[in-house]
Amino acid sequence: MDGDHTLATHAEKPATRRDFLYVATGAVAAVGGAAVAWPLINQLNPDASTLALATIEFNLSGIEEGQSVTITWRGLPVFVRNRTQAEIDEAKAVPLSELKDPETDEERTKPGHEQWLVMIANCTHLGCVPVGESGDFDGWFCPCHGSHYDTAGRIRRGPAPLNLVVPPYEFLSDTLIQIG
Amino acid sequence: MSEHSTYKPANGVEKWIDDRLPIIRFSKEHLMDFPTPKNLNYWWTFGAILAMCLGIQIVTGIILAMHYTPNVAMAFDSVEHIRRNVNGGRVIQAVHAVGASMFFAAVYIHIFRGLYFGSYKAPREILWIIGVFIFILMMATAFMGYVLPWGQMSFWGATVITNIFSAIPIVGDPILQLLRGGFAVDNPTLNRFFSLHYLLPFVIAALVVLHIWALHVPGNNNPIGVEVKSSRDTVPFHPYYTMKDAFAMVVFLIPFAWFVFFAPDILGHPDNYIQANSQVTPTHIVPEWYLLPFYTILRAIDFNVLFIDSKLGGVIAMGGALLILLVLPWLDRSPVRSGNFRPMFRWFYWLFVLNFIVLTYLGAQPAEGIYVLVAKFCVAYYFLYFIVILPVLSRIEVPKPLPASISESVLGKAHA
Repeated sequence: MDGDHTLATHAEKPATRRDFLYVATGAVAAVGGAAVAWPLINQLNPDASTLALATIEFNLSGIEEGQSVTITWRGLPVFVRNRTQAEIDEAKAVPLSELKDPETDEERTKPGHEQWLVMIANCTHLGCVPVGESGDFDGWFCPCHGSHYDTAGRIRRGPAPLNLVVPPYEFLSDTLIQIG
Repeated sequence: MSEHSTYKPANGVEKWIDDRLPIIRFSKEHLMDFPTPKNLNYWWTFGAILAMCLGIQIVTGIILAMHYTPNVAMAFDSVEHIRRNVNGGRVIQAVHAVGASMFFAAVYIHIFRGLYFGSYKAPREILWIIGVFIFILMMATAFMGYVLPWGQMSFWGATVITNIFSAIPIVGDPILQLLRGGFAVDNPTLNRFFSLHYLLPFVIAALVVLHIWALHVPGNNNPIGVEVKSSRDTVPFHPYYTMKDAFAMVVFLIPFAWFVFFAPDILGHPDNYIQANSQVTPTHIVPEWYLLPFYTILRAIDFNVLFIDSKLGGVIAMGGALLILLVLPWLDRSPVRSGNFRPMFRWFYWLFVLNFIVLTYLGAQPAEGIYVLVAKFCVAYYFLYFIVILPVLSRIEVPKPLPASISESVLGKAHA
């Protein structure tokens, strides 16, 4: 066919009513497709029964000085440690410049309750539970990939990028905490 | 390659079918008459062996799913139930578990054969790329399958591997919760892994069809890497290679059967016979052997690089180690395919193989002392091989003279 007789391209003609309808229909179909896809993906997110476990209370009175317990919050293990004075002093003596993720000991505990360290017990590298009272910094050592944490649960050496996470919690009384 | 077809419908029924769905013609062209280089060695039998492995895994897997319960309270016991109570369950479960290891042993041989003989080079780039995707899907499938028995290694493997996604900046944690269906690996995770573990083998099977389609357009590479030039260079796939592949399958099944009957648990980890416990990590956590090289790469990056922290760096390195295979056809520009005719390449290739074995070994060792240092060198060589050595060799290496054709090479060898 001779080029002059082919149909005009969009560039040569202003958009027609039909062009608009095509684009509008396509856009509605795309939005509709996404709207249908989202619930199919969203069903993977934590369900109501998982979310219902968001807040727990825990009584500290049974934990002796120098003792750690592991409790469960939202399916995650949580360390609660009653630290010795030596551990607190050791944590406070560390200059911030030596830390990969700088945080003071005070920032990781509650005022007046400095002996209590409450942390999610999953290594911030890939989630293993570190072993207590071990490692090169007298805190925790993660056997999976060799991360060392100090007596305030701060990352000191190894592949983990961050300090062990302190969950949101508060002291309801001197011996009762609420996590979450 | 329909031009090679000699199919003539034998009777009226075949003619009737051939006019409507030429499936007999297709089978004859691609499974029987397909012209195949006559110099293929036993390294080329692993394609058929892999197809057999996929078949074994699907058949045994469907049977196991009839007896398995994907619930955290019952999964561990249901696997023991299969092994102790189900008729023949002890062997069927062992075939599936050992089969995963044998599948990976075969796929590594298949991949390293392709690396040595330059099977990724033009015109087989898409064939190679589909193969890389199959390999990645195999690793995902095997990983999810290993979670299903819900032992300690299942649980902590799932925790560690899903945690990889939390390294992604900003959206990492929402993605992690989406994958797990909770804040930790738990029942929702086990359920969806079971669903996906059942699905993915069929996706792999579909990709295998594409892989073979992409193979049948240019035809097979061969040990001298010289393309087929005339029909004298080829033999029909059947009976020459159906028989050779069948023999190789039987040989392959000998160690397979030895593991199944005499040492079904030797490739596993004793900790996986302890039921999953979210409070205690095994002191020495290791993935299955076939994931170890990539696991070593993951944890070798224990230092920050500029704004990339060590965790994200490890994930990028591990992902990169797989994804770099996708661009390999454009990194190795040497026009000579076969390593037999590349005197310098051969040294670096075998060093790469050795390096990969060391990476596997290191993945099973604790992350401390000398192992950490050696791992860094091995990871460096892994990437240097692709990014520096192959591109440079393409420019400076003087290959040995190639035979004029497959026939000449075969006959020359016979007279020598």
